[in-house]
Amino acid sequence: MKPINEMTLSILSRSSNESFARAAVAAFVAQLDPTIDELADIKTAVSEAVTNCIVHAYKDAIGVIYISAKLFENGKVIVRIRDKGCGIEDVEQAMEPMFTTAGGERAGLGFAVMESFMDRLRVTSRVGRGTSVTMEKIIARRCVQNG
Amino acid sequence: MGVELKKDGKELIALLSGDIDHHTAKQMREEIDSQAGLDKPELLKLDFQHVDFMDSSGIGLIMGRYKLMQSLGGRLRVINVPNYIARVIRLSGLDQLGVLEKDVEHK
Ligand SMILES: Nc1ncnc2c1ncn2[C@@H]1O[C@H](COP(=O)(O)OP(=O)(O)OP(=O)(O)O)[C@@H](O)[C@H]1O
Ligand SMILES: [Mg+2]
Repeated sequence: MKPINEMTLSILSRSSNESFARAAVAAFVAQLDPTIDELADIKTAVSEAVTNCIVHAYKDAIGVIYISAKLFENGKVIVRIRDKGCGIEDVEQAMEPMFTTAGGERAGLGFAVMESFMDRLRVTSRVGRGTSVTMEKIIARRCVQNG
Repeated sequence: MGVELKKDGKELIALLSGDIDHHTAKQMREEIDSQAGLDKPELLKLDFQHVDFMDSSGIGLIMGRYKLMQSLGGRLRVINVPNYIARVIRLSGLDQLGVLEKDVEHK
């Protein structure tokens, strides 16, 4: 199936871009006429993935975060957030709730939030190469739309 | 945007506003902790009524203040949590710390 619309965005891994990234994706997805709850779910999931790029992938550096979003006729949204940072050694372990490699006040809940707020989550990673997080959500169509 | 601190007897109330993410949580944490360190309140209330957005960084913020209040021999309460934030909180299991208003669990 071909997307009805697509966007890509690259941003520097500065923490001030966290709010920009989630707002940008939400504004794009708004074309599908989501509910406020659906939009809040997507914003939260995007915020988690982007924050992970900033906090973990490019820990002591500034790198580029690549964001893309695709919208489909049936209301499906696919958001991908990629980095070329340090990568994850054991993805399965990283995705366990409460698992964190960061000290301080990280809860280790980012992946758990993405998993529960989106319909599908896929994470691929290579140490030294980077990480790619792909998330899907179906926006319930409430009316037929053109455009 | 940020945090407004009010002292009320032995209570310290932190009225949080705007978005809580990794970018904003740091300053909120610093402001709350420096005031709490001075006042040594018996009760710290985190008031979420003006918070528009929160991700897992907010969970870290709550858990950190919980530990802080434990170390000060006081208690923490989390109040006025909007629905969309209650969902993130429920996922974290924070409800088991007994710091939440009862109705949060049902939102
Ligand atoms: N893009 C990434 N690059 C490298 N490591 C990552 C990336 N995303 C996640 N990780 C690793 O996976 C772990 C779990 O991530 P998750 O988002 O679930 O929790 P956290 O970021 O540690 O804490 P929280 O998200 O609750 O603040 C991280 O501690 C980190 O080790
Ligand atoms: Mg995270």
